[in-house]
Amino acid sequence: MNLSLPTLPDGRVLEVIHAPNHLLSVSGLPVDPVDPVVVQLCADLVATMRVSPGCVGLAAPQVGVSAQAFCVDVSAHPKTRTTHGLIVLVNAEMVEASRNDKGREGCMSIPDLTGDVKRATKVTVAGLLPLSGERVLITTDAFEARALQHEIDHCGGTLFLDRVVGAHALYPRKVYLAPPNAAGS
Amino acid sequence: MTSLAITVVGHDRPGIIAQAAEVLSQYGMNLEDSSMTLLRGHFAMTLICAGEANAAQIEAALQPLVNGSLDVTVREVPQEPQFPPLGSTYLVTVHGADRLGIVARLASVIAEAGGNITDLTTRLSGTLYVLLAEVDLPGSTDVEALQARLAEVSTELAVETSMRLIENDQL
Repeated sequence: MNLSLPTLPDGRVLEVIHAPNHLLSVSGLPVDPVDPVVVQLCADLVATMRVSPGCVGLAAPQVGVSAQAFCVDVSAHPKTRTTHGLIVLVNAEMVEASRNDKGREGCMSIPDLTGDVKRATKVTVAGLLPLSGERVLITTDAFEARALQHEIDHCGGTLFLDRVVGAHALYPRKVYLAPPNAAGS
Repeated sequence: MTSLAITVVGHDRPGIIAQAAEVLSQYGMNLEDSSMTLLRGHFAMTLICAGEANAAQIEAALQPLVNGSLDVTVREVPQEPQFPPLGSTYLVTVHGADRLGIVARLASVIAEAGGNITDLTTRLSGTLYVLLAEVDLPGSTDVEALQARLAEVSTELAVETSMRLIENDQL
């Protein structure tokens, strides 16, 4: 079921910052969801996520803004079970989390590494919608649950690196290039 | 029965492990614990094997593997008794801008507290340095004091450090 998300203004594509930028490790501040600056930030996060290949979520600290705001959209991802379409939340928090499972995560802000991270596979998240300020509860599972936890972590200054399950659970990201004679754009 | 420690380091290519394992198998050496990874693109493998062959025989048999691009060492090692660790195991995670001395400083803090690092991975990715260490701490360790000391040194190094208990879910 999709969220009744208010129509946001046109977003600008912002630069995504990378670790070791210290801003990624700072807890974002709670913000006012009806503040036009916050609404524009939310629109910018969505616009930036949309133009980034493979990106299913983006949080304000990743564009260098210390604020508790993020967007997620896993609707096109093959690992998705339940999906709420485009989710944009401000001041979100985890209300319930259960059934942990390990999965390998990457992050736009740590482009060359992936790591195994244990996350709840069933969660309920509470947050405020931008523009209307309406408080919503989202109960979801599987990949959407993982994405929400990853973005809420960003808002709290926590990276997946802080949650990797063991000393041998961090990997160089593997990028498979097309063979030289392959046709493609 | 002898135990041999073998290291193979050098240019990566398909088939190194297959070739090394085949040699050990032919000499009746049982491949026990091994660890292999790519370190900045270099093939790096360490293994312990046991059997009746001696180090010189295995070193000679592995010579075709060297092929100008790999370093191979073989030496006899005593059999180490394996005791279950006392106390608890923690995962220390460090990330931040790369600089000289991160591992040295933080590993010293852990050693001073009596902690034993049993598994370590570090990765340099651009300017980002990441360290993950599994640390056995004796039951008598003042964990809070160690965490405070790690935090203090991390601030000096301008890196983020966390230390958390590794929970084993017994099923």
